[in-house]
Amino acid sequence: MAYTYSKIATYTVGSGGVASIDFINIPQTYTDLIVKFSLRDSSNTGDVWDWLDLTFNSNTSNYSARMVYGTGSATGSVSSTSQIRYAYYVASTSTASTFGNGEIYIPNYTGSNYKSISSDTVSENNATAAIATLQAGLWSNSSAINSISLKARIGFAQYSTAHLYGVKAEL
Amino acid sequence: MPAGKTYTPLARTTLTSAAASVTFSNISGSYTDLVLVTSAKLTSGSEDAIVRVNSDSGSNYSQTILSGTGSSAVSARGSNATKMFLDSYGWVDSTNFNVSIAHFMNYSNTTTYKTMLARGNNASSGVDAIVNLWRSTSAITSIQVLPNSSTFAAGSTFTLYGILAA
Repeated sequence: MAYTYSKIATYTVGSGGVASIDFINIPQTYTDLIVKFSLRDSSNTGDVWDWLDLTFNSNTSNYSARMVYGTGSATGSVSSTSQIRYAYYVASTSTASTFGNGEIYIPNYTGSNYKSISSDTVSENNATAAIATLQAGLWSNSSAINSISLKARIGFAQYSTAHLYGVKAEL
Repeated sequence: MPAGKTYTPLARTTLTSAAASVTFSNISGSYTDLVLVTSAKLTSGSEDAIVRVNSDSGSNYSQTILSGTGSSAVSARGSNATKMFLDSYGWVDSTNFNVSIAHFMNYSNTTTYKTMLARGNNASSGVDAIVNLWRSTSAITSIQVLPNSSTFAAGSTFTLYGILAA
């Protein structure tokens, strides 16, 4: 039986943490990619949540994004012309054992058009501040995506996970 | 763990030339939910992508929209509308292929009205979460996607998946 929604790779952070989670040598045999993550920061930045940067093919430019968010007490929207960022938790200032979770959908990742993405993230912690976000992102590059990097501001804590799935629209 | 055939591509259209609309017909009723993924661009201008089901253009739809424009969060509603919305501020334009994802819940039942959840995305204009309602107890057997007045450009892709919760 042909699988249409298949796990390509899983990354689980071990003790000591890591600065980034990287999926490399991504097969070019699927139609779309989906990244699901559950992340917590190992750092002490003084904030409840922090931001990770999404990059493709080790390219650090030509990103843009718009986001709408709610924190439980406020809503807002921001834009960026330089990066695509996602919220997740900072270990030292948020409830123990809570992680920020999200999904990133990347259609037509092997195509020669610029790559438009859709993503949702949530970070609930039974405390006074949390955040939920919806985000539109664009990588203005026509290259096929062959690697994806989730880069922490400082580092991802142990037990953080990220999964990469491929969706094949093969009839 | 692979989800296997629980997430099944039912149809995929890649436009080789401009088209005013894309329609998926004769949709099997043997799945639990449907997921529509579009990566679309217009030949000119910028506007919302809309959806009609079962060729119904009557005032049988409604929606609530949450959007981010990049500078503010906004919300809007429509009642007795003639269409569902795939996006709002995350509209389709003639610059890039923007992704929208729509979930049609319990689409084949003949007892309840049908809900469609949409996520519209355009990194240049905005991002949307939209809940649409079609006030009909009929099973959804066809889905039409179209811009309000422009045409979809060549290279736009439209993929319909069936989700089987069995």
